[in-house]
Amino acid sequence: MITLNAVTKLYNEGRPNEFAALHEIDLTLARGAMSVLRGPSGSGKTTLLSILACMARPTSGRVSIDGEIVSGLPERFLTELRRTTFGFVFQRFNLVRGLTALENVMLPTVPLGADYGQTRDRAMARLEALGLADKAAMPIEHLSGGEAQRTAIARALINDPPILIADEPTANLDTALAEKFLAILAEERAAGRTVILTSHDPRIWEAEGVDRIVTLRDGRIVEGATGEGAITEGAV
Amino acid sequence: MMIWARRQRALADYTLAALSRRKGKNIALVAIFSLVVFALSSAMFFAAALRHETTQVLRNAPEIVVQKLIMGRQDLIPGDVVDTIAGFRGVTSAKGRLWGYYYDRIDGANYTVMVPDDPALIPAVGHVAVGEGVPRARGLAWEGAPLFLSRYEGDLKRFDVDRTFTRDSALMTADLVLMNPQDFRAFFDIPEGLYTDVVATVRNQNEVATIVTKASNALPQMRFVTRADIERTYQKLFDWREGLLVVLAGAGLLAFAIFAAEKASGLSAEEAREIGILKAVGWDTRDVIAMKMWEGGLVSLGAFLIGTVAGFAHVFLFDGALFAPVLRGWAVIYPDFALTPHIDGVQLMTLGLLTVVPYMAATVVPVWRTASGDPDAVMR
Repeated sequence: MITLNAVTKLYNEGRPNEFAALHEIDLTLARGAMSVLRGPSGSGKTTLLSILACMARPTSGRVSIDGEIVSGLPERFLTELRRTTFGFVFQRFNLVRGLTALENVMLPTVPLGADYGQTRDRAMARLEALGLADKAAMPIEHLSGGEAQRTAIARALINDPPILIADEPTANLDTALAEKFLAILAEERAAGRTVILTSHDPRIWEAEGVDRIVTLRDGRIVEGATGEGAITEGAV
Repeated sequence: MMIWARRQRALADYTLAALSRRKGKNIALVAIFSLVVFALSSAMFFAAALRHETTQVLRNAPEIVVQKLIMGRQDLIPGDVVDTIAGFRGVTSAKGRLWGYYYDRIDGANYTVMVPDDPALIPAVGHVAVGEGVPRARGLAWEGAPLFLSRYEGDLKRFDVDRTFTRDSALMTADLVLMNPQDFRAFFDIPEGLYTDVVATVRNQNEVATIVTKASNALPQMRFVTRADIERTYQKLFDWREGLLVVLAGAGLLAFAIFAAEKASGLSAEEAREIGILKAVGWDTRDVIAMKMWEGGLVSLGAFLIGTVAGFAHVFLFDGALFAPVLRGWAVIYPDFALTPHIDGVQLMTLGLLTVVPYMAATVVPVWRTASGDPDAVMR
């Protein structure tokens, strides 16, 4: 369970261009559920997702995972948490150009000191499961949008994290690819993985398997804050 | 340990992939870096080898050279002074020498003309032994070609060349002309019983300073030059020339420093984004720094190796062709000789401190600054 208490995030703090991306957010997301954060551009979805995934720290407030407060942890513990708990699919995929699909998928395993052969096999298996086995040796810039996204998913799942997070996953995909992506997410959710998405794409909100929708506007939750339509803890 | 080694291997693999991604930029970087190391190492190796060579050659030189000064200028020494010097306690032998410089109007070169100390080396009357630079300057291409020298009176004197010294001793012998004492006196018009200077050897090296002090008091019009003085003068001369070259190479070093400072001032948006991605997928700040150290290490040590080997080859295989005129001097007869390879750890460490260390710092510091932020902030 991920819980946010009174989380506020300010950018450019103390400067004339300071602005608040999030105001006093209180939110609890259950394990094993597929939750969608929706809202217009600039509503704070991506910032909230970054804080949930421990990639940004709140300016004030508290983030806890399974009851343990993580927002005040030193950087090295947050790294460990990111490595073991979260898999993140970025809006623009954020794959490293010049590397092959396989090398990109293996990136999260580099600091682990894992056996190269085993890691490679695992990465190949992920790519195969997503229909990208024949693209493994291809530099990332030669892949189509859908292929790049599936590579990003494979990378997010390589360390088998319990929580998969995706930021605007269908923003750059056509309908067919978006449906394919949603099917993958449904599979992951069915496999017991927690899935958290941001989207302003109705195809996502209306997709089968979405357990909860939280609506944001101007950095505040305007709908779904208290578990309306949510899967309660332990229900999955 | 196993995990650490595998982690380092994975980081090195990633680094190699990263380097090959920016092939053009990295090749240019290594080329410039190597060039700077090459210039610096050439200057340092050359000067150090010259200093080493000088020390080796001077090892057999006499401990004390005595010159007579009149109004601050050198004059001929009477033979009785030789006996006086030989009589000082601690002096094992004293000998009058005949030597001087000869300006050759034909080729504009200066020769060092002397009567050798070693009787075995003294040529017969009418004959000379010459350094390899003399026939080179005169264009005496064939063996046994006579050497005609013009006396101050204007008449020509013919000498048959008995022997030409080899390149091995060229540092000291390139411009040398060895003569018989009789020829020398006749050629320069020096009366019997007078010498150009006196050389003395001593029993105990540690007493040189004491003997010189006592002798200076007894013979105040004489100047006593010790072997250490001569060596120091040579070293200073080479130090000065090396400094000159290092200043020239410094221009390259400055350009390199500007490049390094520019690099240290911040990462490009692409590099920062990549670090953000790595952190987001679970890399620690230390992992990112380790990877960048691999990258900086491969570039800087690679360039250091290339530059140093090229500098070594330039100095010791190609006789320092690019810098030789500056380091050897601008004389018409500059020595044509092969330096004995001589490198020490201090030289390599100095080179490394001047090149590898600044580059590594310029690589790691901005990465550390960037990587210590939250991934989200870095990617933004």
